[in-house]
Amino acid sequence: MLNLYTRRRITNFATLGLSMVAMTFGLFWLLWIMYTLISNGASAISIDLFTKTTPAPGSEGGLANAILGSLQMTIGGTLLGTPIGILAGIYLAEFGSKGWVAPTTRFINDILLSAPSIVIGLFVYGAMVAQMGHFSGWAGIVALAILVIPVVLRTTENMLKLIPTAMREAAYALGCPQWKMTLFITLRAAKSGVITGILLAVARISGETAPLLFTALNNQFYSNLNEPMANLPMVIFQFAMSPFEDWHALAWAGSLLIGLFVLGLNVLARILTRQQGSH
Amino acid sequence: MTTELKPKIAVKNLNFYYGNFHALKNINLDILEGHVTAFIGPSGCGKSTLLRTFNRMYDLYPKLRAEGEINLNGQNILGSGVDLNMLRAKVGMVFQKPTPFPMSIYDNIAFGVKLYESMSKSEMDDRVEWSLKKAALWNEVKDKLRQSGLGLSGGQQQRLCIARAVAVKPEVLLLDEPTSALDPISTAHVEELVHELKKDYTIAIVTHNMQQAARVSDYTAYMYLGELVEVGETDAIFTTPQQKATEDYITGKFG
Repeated sequence: MLNLYTRRRITNFATLGLSMVAMTFGLFWLLWIMYTLISNGASAISIDLFTKTTPAPGSEGGLANAILGSLQMTIGGTLLGTPIGILAGIYLAEFGSKGWVAPTTRFINDILLSAPSIVIGLFVYGAMVAQMGHFSGWAGIVALAILVIPVVLRTTENMLKLIPTAMREAAYALGCPQWKMTLFITLRAAKSGVITGILLAVARISGETAPLLFTALNNQFYSNLNEPMANLPMVIFQFAMSPFEDWHALAWAGSLLIGLFVLGLNVLARILTRQQGSH
Repeated sequence: MTTELKPKIAVKNLNFYYGNFHALKNINLDILEGHVTAFIGPSGCGKSTLLRTFNRMYDLYPKLRAEGEINLNGQNILGSGVDLNMLRAKVGMVFQKPTPFPMSIYDNIAFGVKLYESMSKSEMDDRVEWSLKKAALWNEVKDKLRQSGLGLSGGQQQRLCIARAVAVKPEVLLLDEPTSALDPISTAHVEELVHELKKDYTIAIVTHNMQQAARVSDYTAYMYLGELVEVGETDAIFTTPQQKATEDYITGKFG
């Protein structure tokens, strides 16, 4: 029979060991992915990548149109989805304590959050692409926006709910109306958390392929938002599936770009969350 | 004391419920203008609940309700059609824990003032300085008004909250255990402040600390299990209480 202290030390050691193993396991794959991306993609990174459009097999080219398309649609989707998500999140956290609207909204949002993105792509196909008669960048933006909304909504609501009740009461005690309290006190206090949510949403949509498959499709050239639009995920998919060596290299380069972009956003989000914690 | 004793707040047959729980039982009480009234009693006796009816803070939460009358300047604030924001601008409150807003020291004070008054930049500067001096904080923060209020110490934050409440020039100031999170020196600052402020305001203070009640208040009310056991001049309550229960609590036989 071991004494209590020894048993606790053993339990502590074992638990810590398991956590380390889990962490190493996660980190192992992440580093492997990064290593693969860099070793295969780095060689194709050049000025051409950012200045020339996607080439025909065997000819010179880059990913400029796909990078531009991805940027346009990611920014567009974020601009469209973020205000809706933030406003709905504010409603749920600050105004929705009574009635059935808020719980219903929250439930539907949870469904939206876990909905497969290809379903959302298909929905926008039916609602927009089929009506307009052609694929377009706008349809891609709408599909991405629908992915942004639930992420931003959820983080906004959660971050606002972390603000202590005492802060709200203090504002009310001055005779502050609810909308001013929300806008100038609680939203301000939750600012970095809300921004983190937006960054994570951007990270999520910047690598999405499925919703763009049915909406923006692809394009070999620069295009405006009314036309089918090139984007990195679709180009990667198309090029990686092809039998051409030079297309493979571009697909790796595109993957590396997205990988670094998403990694950068996550690191930024981390830094912002840490700042929130230190207040 | 030669000034006329006018009730600023007159409580009549007040009952308060948290859902089915009867938290305040038939309270009758006058809070006199220009004086400090302290509420003492063991935890859960309803003193904070009573304080929070004076600015209807309980209105923020569902299932809480008050019955009876609370007359502020002769007007029943429990009636329908009372503008809660206007009421709370007149009846300021300072809470147990400091609650600085996530903005600069200056803006913490200007925020409340701007809600109901429009003034020039220099007038606002004067108001901020005036209220910080009232709260005995001016000398410590006058060189860092643009820094975040969150960077102050706990005692300074609490005095900032008092300055913020004073800055809107309310008629009544409610203090809900304002020093319970403070060290003795900050506590002494706040108590001096209460003395200073009662010249201009009517003050109601809830405290767990009987010495504090004895030091700062003119009138003391002892509450127990939702009932107002006894209320009277502070000296009388602490030297010759009329009720056995009050005496037991004050002498430490109970609570």
